Amino acid sequence: MAEPIKLSIDGKPVTVPPGTLLIEAAKQVGIEVPSFCYYPGLSLQGACRMCLVAIEKMPKLQTACTTVVTNGMVVHTDTPEVANTRKSMLEFLLTNHPLDCPVCDKGGECELQDAVFRYGAAETRFLEGKLHEEEKKFSNLVYYDRPRCILCFRCIRVCDEGMDVNAYGIGFRAAHSEIIPNRGEQLECEECGMCIDICPVGALTSGTYRYKTRPWEVTYTGTICNHCGDGCRTTLSVRNNVVIRANNRDHSGLNGEFLCVKGRFGWDFVNSERRLKSPLLRKNGKQEEASWEEALTFTVERLKTILAEHGPGAVAVIGSNRTTNEEDYLLQRFARTVLGTNDIDHHRTADFSSLVRALTEAGATDRYATIEDISAAKSLLLIGNDPTHQHPLIAYQIRQAVRQHGARLYIVNSREIKLRRQSSQYLQVKPQGEAEAVRALAGQAPAAQDLCAGGTGALTALADALKKESDTVILFGDEIQGQTVNDLVTCGLTLPGKTRFVALGDYANSRGAADMGLLPDTLPGYQPLSNEKARERMESAWAAKIPAAPGRNIRSIFEGIRAGEIKALLVFGANPVKTFGLDNAALTGLQLLFVAELFRTETAELANVVVPAASFAEKSGTVTNTCGEVQALKRTMRQAGTRSDLEILLALARLFGQRWTYQSPEDVLREIIALVPGYDIPLPSLLVGRAVPTHPEGRPPALERPDLVFSSRDSLFTSGTLSRYSWALNSVDEAKKPYGHAF
Amino acid sequence: MLSDRLKAKFDSVIARYPLKRSAIVPLLLFAQDEIGYVSDEAVEEIARRVGVNPIEVIEDIGYYSMLHRQPVGKFHLQVCTNISCMLRGGEKIFEHCAKELGIEHKQTTPDGLFSLEEVECLGACCGAPAMQVNYDFYENVTPEKLDALLADLRKKDQGSRIKD
Ligand code: SF4
Ligand code: SF4
Ligand code: SF4
Ligand code: FES
Ligand code: FES
Repeated sequence: MAEPIKLSIDGKPVTVPPGTLLIEAAKQVGIEVPSFCYYPGLSLQGACRMCLVAIEKMPKLQTACTTVVTNGMVVHTDTPEVANTRKSMLEFLLTNHPLDCPVCDKGGECELQDAVFRYGAAETRFLEGKLHEEEKKFSNLVYYDRPRCILCFRCIRVCDEGMDVNAYGIGFRAAHSEIIPNRGEQLECEECGMCIDICPVGALTSGTYRYKTRPWEVTYTGTICNHCGDGCRTTLSVRNNVVIRANNRDHSGLNGEFLCVKGRFGWDFVNSERRLKSPLLRKNGKQEEASWEEALTFTVERLKTILAEHGPGAVAVIGSNRTTNEEDYLLQRFARTVLGTNDIDHHRTADFSSLVRALTEAGATDRYATIEDISAAKSLLLIGNDPTHQHPLIAYQIRQAVRQHGARLYIVNSREIKLRRQSSQYLQVKPQGEAEAVRALAGQAPAAQDLCAGGTGALTALADALKKESDTVILFGDEIQGQTVNDLVTCGLTLPGKTRFVALGDYANSRGAADMGLLPDTLPGYQPLSNEKARERMESAWAAKIPAAPGRNIRSIFEGIRAGEIKALLVFGANPVKTFGLDNAALTGLQLLFVAELFRTETAELANVVVPAASFAEKSGTVTNTCGEVQALKRTMRQAGTRSDLEILLALARLFGQRWTYQSPEDVLREIIALVPGYDIPLPSLLVGRAVPTHPEGRPPALERPDLVFSSRDSLFTSGTLSRYSWALNSVDEAKKPYGHAF
Repeated sequence: MLSDRLKAKFDSVIARYPLKRSAIVPLLLFAQDEIGYVSDEAVEEIARRVGVNPIEVIEDIGYYSMLHRQPVGKFHLQVCTNISCMLRGGEKIFEHCAKELGIEHKQTTPDGLFSLEEVECLGACCGAPAMQVNYDFYENVTPEKLDALLADLRKKDQGSRIKD
């Protein structure tokens, strides 16, 4: 570590590492230097001249945002000259600024407004009329108001450097300069809205938020995005029980300011007109509105009859990828102990079980990578998956790692994914060739000559390069599953340093679903059902018996229904008819199909009983991202008529005569912390909004068949069934052919 | 389609620059000379050849007023109204032009013969007021000289049209 630099700012001694920018050094001793174009993490621009400060022995005022500190520097930020300069800079910025703060979206949270408030520029010496231009609609989600723009170029840089989309340019010259989009008058881009978020003024505004409110009229609640498996923290702005904006207001958590289009705009399904608000009960072949009591009593009576006539083997349960850990935990408790069946599964989007088993067997359960490990990595190996679409935050963090500290990215993929632009080596394999490449890398089976275009030499080059790296983070998609995960882990652990792993699964709580044991052969915490000790531990905690024989996996459940062996199916927050492409006849043999859902999905349409479930915005609990980091959801609002899956389960258990004593999601969480291996996490950390990593340890049974694990391959603009109900996600042209863009 | 001649020109120009992107402005000028303006196709082609994003080429076109994204008149009249010319009656020249041709700044006559643009300093201050027609300079312009020039240009056009 090089010697720290000592300097003085406004008479205060400051010690910082070499290379620190003056503006950052000042921040450390609580001195704020106003700035517009400077933005931590982006390249330096030096465009706005707002940050000018006086440095002794330097002839003119200097920009604090581009000046690197040196030993013995004596800096003044509070001289009359500096104050006057700030005032003049603001006067310049306001020459064409419309000062329409009372109707501007940014009013109240505008950096220009704040600066004028602090440094003043009440009078202007410019008498010319202000240049005016009409606002422009770059897309349904992004609007641009030229007169308000202060040309700080943050939007351009965040789009180039953060997003690698390069959608913006600067058009024309001098007072006529303006931000221009890449397709004439229109944007063709990822529609992430990062540019809107980073704009210090109200020049870029959001198609879903603009002119809806004043920022002080809404309530802000920090929660977790409910779309992909990355678990971005987000703040929902709610007014009159309607969500009107999402942004990560305090830039805290694992995503900083990042949100993708789904997180920033795709929450509008919450307030969709099509939300179910009342239970539906099928009477004379038609689903009709019913009371909660009627719907639940009917369900339980029907279940009791089926159980009495056919035994627990006639009942199966399908869980969700989005419900909370607490709900998933209770759902499997309900299935195993109340219904007495292990026929419980969910749509598995990554083979988490195999990763846990492989790391446990290798004694390496400290090798789960977190999101932070990805952004801090020096070396990354990405096998399969297309993070730009399927894991936007992880794609962003990979780009950060490459851009901020020169990480090397190695890619094995059969498609030309966008991240190849950041890669040091990109090994394009033939379709479905990822697993073969892994087996070859692991020395398990030689690669076929036609595996990759350049022959197997490229594979050897990759292996050689990886051996020279250390602390590599290995990320893999659904292409790698079962035994191949084991091969990958074994081989990865022989690489130098601390190799870490991430299995990339689709939705907000895919990982939690597996962790909580929504699996036919695995108890919570990846304990195999066949392990008597593990079973007894749960049995004594629940004071109930768990059937010892493993249940049916999701494919066998469908087969069981077709064969007439399964008579009742309970589905919580899933749409298997669509996901598994079931035909119309697939579920007709059921005597009871119960569905808890937000919308009337293809599966709900077929049900005898549909109950309206609460969305993520309407409940508390925890979710676990694809890296295994647990975070807390916080209830933001209520939706009349709906109940959370947790409340639904508690009500069902009660009707079955169970005396469950949970009063709140937190009670369930305490039990999870106490009982689920790997989940002994500190509750306070969770409650203050941290992402708490878990280190599951267990030897779940091997993957039964290869068609159990598959990703939905959602694009940036889709999110399973949910995205259908989002106006925003369907409003942008890019959604029509999401994978077909050249940016 | 860009002509083979133009593409060959692109090749030879790019080869002259150690940093490819430095060739953007000359490439744009050559493209405009041939096509009459900078077409979308030319933008894409130049971006591809120098290895930048098309929007960066568009930025340059916006910056330089002598580059056009739309066709201009056969004779593109650029009248300077910057400081020296303004002091010597440049603005009157511009107004005279506009009146004679019945068009405003950045407009083209319906017959496509003339287009008019008010420009910044042409670097010809010693002969202010100055103007430029395509690549030719005219200095110490007066309304009378301008009328003669316009008549002359119209005649030239006749000549060329007959020849066509
Ligand atoms: S919304 Fe589009 S233009 Fe704005 S930062 Fe995202 S990708 Fe770039
Ligand atoms: S639109 Fe906003 S972020 Fe972009 S240059 Fe203008 S003020 Fe800066
Ligand atoms: S990256 Fe994933 S978690 Fe983050 S905002 Fe997008 S969809 Fe939500
Ligand atoms: S913040 Fe330093 S020049 Fe803009
Ligand atoms: S000001 Fe007109 S040519 Fe210089």
